[in-house]
Amino acid sequence: MNLFAIIFYLFAIVTIGSAVIMVFSKNIVHSAFALMFSLIGLAVFYVLLYADFVAATQLVVYVGGILILILFGVMLTTQGIPEKLEVLIINVWPSAILSSLIAVILFFVFTNTEWNLIQVVERTEVVPELGMLLISKFLLPFQAIGVLLLIAIIGAMLMSTQSKRLNN
Amino acid sequence: MENQFIYWLANPGLNHFLMVSALLFALGLMAVITRRNVIMVLMGVELILNSANLNFVAFSHYTSLSLEGHMIALFVIIIASAEAAVALAIILNIYNRFRTINVDEISNLKG
Repeated sequence: MNLFAIIFYLFAIVTIGSAVIMVFSKNIVHSAFALMFSLIGLAVFYVLLYADFVAATQLVVYVGGILILILFGVMLTTQGIPEKLEVLIINVWPSAILSSLIAVILFFVFTNTEWNLIQVVERTEVVPELGMLLISKFLLPFQAIGVLLLIAIIGAMLMSTQSKRLNN
Repeated sequence: MENQFIYWLANPGLNHFLMVSALLFALGLMAVITRRNVIMVLMGVELILNSANLNFVAFSHYTSLSLEGHMIALFVIIIASAEAAVALAIILNIYNRFRTINVDEISNLKG
């Protein structure tokens, strides 16, 4: 058992376990914190796969950004009333059967497909290569996604300020 | 046979990462189906996007999809952040209008 396997199994347990807690917890704040641990476990997986820049982006954007946004959403929509933190869970058995069926199908497909594996290369300079790709091959998607982010930010600001105006 | 399985178990490869992502996908789908709170549905969607991302990065390490997998994962993260911002703005609007964020109670289009 090498170090890679130990770290993989440790963080697989962390990721899957906290995802299970997120799905089955009755309190929405507990769910949000469990989602945080799941995202951190995924960042460790990215580091294991030599994707350090993606791992850093995952930590900054997901754990530092989206999760805080979700917690703000929880706070603004519950307004400190503890009863509202409890969420309703319905259709547990049909959805459990459906999702475990999908998981089994995916397992079957993944194990029975002959993947075109290559000899694993240990990358040392990921960030410069990613930067070169970003300004050569992926230039158009890069610009388009910048415009998309700008539009999304303006739209979100406009929507959240309009609701205040309607209320007053 | 037994030894082979133990050897497979002790050396994590592409299939192990794919299985973790399959489990995450199933759990995210379950969160989307079972919860009636819009924010919980949003969290389930984030989990599904993350499982797809793990697939992309795993394939970029183990197959000939080299750094392009990283690029796709980065674009997915960016789009997920934009989606979360817009979705939370919509959720706040819904809450101000209907005073609830239960997806079953939000049923009329002309509020």
